[in-house]
Amino acid sequence: MTETQTPTWAFGLITLGKGLAVLVGLLTAAAYLTWLERRLLARFQLRLGPNRVGPFGLLQPLADGLKLMMKETFLPQEADRAVFLIAPALSMLAALLAFAVIPFGPPLELWGVKLFQLADPDVGVLFVLAVSSLGVYGVILGGWASASKYSLLGGLRSSAQMISYELAVGLAIVGVILLSGTLRLSEIVAQQAEGVWNVFLQPLGFLLFVIGGIAETNRAPFDLPEAEHELVGGFHTEYAGMRFASFFVAEYGHMVVMASVATTLFLGGWDGPFVEQAPLLGLLWFALKVFAFMFLFIWLRATLPRVRYDQLMSLGWKVLIPLALLNLTLTAAGVAALGAS
Amino acid sequence: MPVGALEGLLQTLKGMSITFKYLFVPPVTVQYPEEKRKAPPRFKGRHYLRLWADGTERCIACHLCEIVCPANAIHVVDAPNPKTNPISKSHRYAADFQINMLRCIFVGDCEEVCPVDCIVLSDDYEVSGYTREELIYTKDMLLEKHPGASGRDPMVKRGDGRME
Repeated sequence: MTETQTPTWAFGLITLGKGLAVLVGLLTAAAYLTWLERRLLARFQLRLGPNRVGPFGLLQPLADGLKLMMKETFLPQEADRAVFLIAPALSMLAALLAFAVIPFGPPLELWGVKLFQLADPDVGVLFVLAVSSLGVYGVILGGWASASKYSLLGGLRSSAQMISYELAVGLAIVGVILLSGTLRLSEIVAQQAEGVWNVFLQPLGFLLFVIGGIAETNRAPFDLPEAEHELVGGFHTEYAGMRFASFFVAEYGHMVVMASVATTLFLGGWDGPFVEQAPLLGLLWFALKVFAFMFLFIWLRATLPRVRYDQLMSLGWKVLIPLALLNLTLTAAGVAALGAS
Repeated sequence: MPVGALEGLLQTLKGMSITFKYLFVPPVTVQYPEEKRKAPPRFKGRHYLRLWADGTERCIACHLCEIVCPANAIHVVDAPNPKTNPISKSHRYAADFQINMLRCIFVGDCEEVCPVDCIVLSDDYEVSGYTREELIYTKDMLLEKHPGASGRDPMVKRGDGRME
């Protein structure tokens, strides 16, 4: 079925609906991830976590949001006004935009428009890489524009960190691309649904991707840009109110996107038992896999102390990137010997 | 280096398995206003002035607690005990008895020194208020409402109690 058969208004309407649904879903997910993180982290530490606002504290994100909206929006005297205001928006934009190409459900179509994927470009993987790299600008610009030494140091650290780990992540992804022979995300998932999940073909690549992904989302144990103990708050020290909230939502949004990309590339996306009989189950499988990653993120935060800056750099450059190159070489040799799927 | 990295990974997994076990340990949190923990046996909370079983006041206004108090938190005014309808079992009684809870440091010397086991430090730790005035406890606040209301008898061993 080609798109010429679909009336433009129908295409626009469906896309608009999908976009709204994804946006609302992603923002809600980000808000509730803060709740989940606080509750889970508390249980890891034998505490209860927020349980006062609503049943099980479920209204806590709402209360937090309300509080942040009521706060004074503060602009440091020396700050670069325009950049200071743009940075949080940029951060959020980068986090949300990457989700546009993720196939979060089976390829069901309504009038020739895919229902569970916003857009399916040929260069989906490249798009994800490009957009998620944009996120670093929000952090750097925010840190720089604040005219505060803590923010600046936080921003500088994150630039070094994100660039170093992006290499490992990129190289790990190349292994998957070699196997599947396409950059189209829906195609990559479809191949995994028919055959084997890439995690079994690329276990090393998966591990590298996850480690790099954690570092790229600035999560513990790689949360050096924030590093409360040394940098007060890192790049967002001078931010308050909804601008701070944008950074916060961006961080959680980035986590969801990272988890979604990992799910798509390595864990077969929406693939799961009985998905042929009931395609809608695909949504559930996808959500479950993303949730598993979220749990991993929180679990890691509850376990590991923050790594030192030199440790971070030597892990990235001396371990992850050589291993990623090794993985790439082995994959390439394997594909050359056995032929691409 | 890859060997070190592998070892680090294994160590990480070991640490994660430990934290995972803690996910199933019940939390130690006490939900305070709804759920209150019982004070330990030797706890020293707010004061009470005890009564004899027949309802007369134990306090004989001997001023010993006032003298021994290192924080000067106690103020006692004595008066001759009325012959008809006596208030205490001595020739004097405390006409006024005040404790400034903001000065009190809860050492319990008053309880130790009291010759008639009148003043006691109870288990009640919720001593708070909005003004300084309301934290000066007067005699009517300190006096037991009925004999035994303080829940504390220095002659009865409580846990490994201090009064033996």
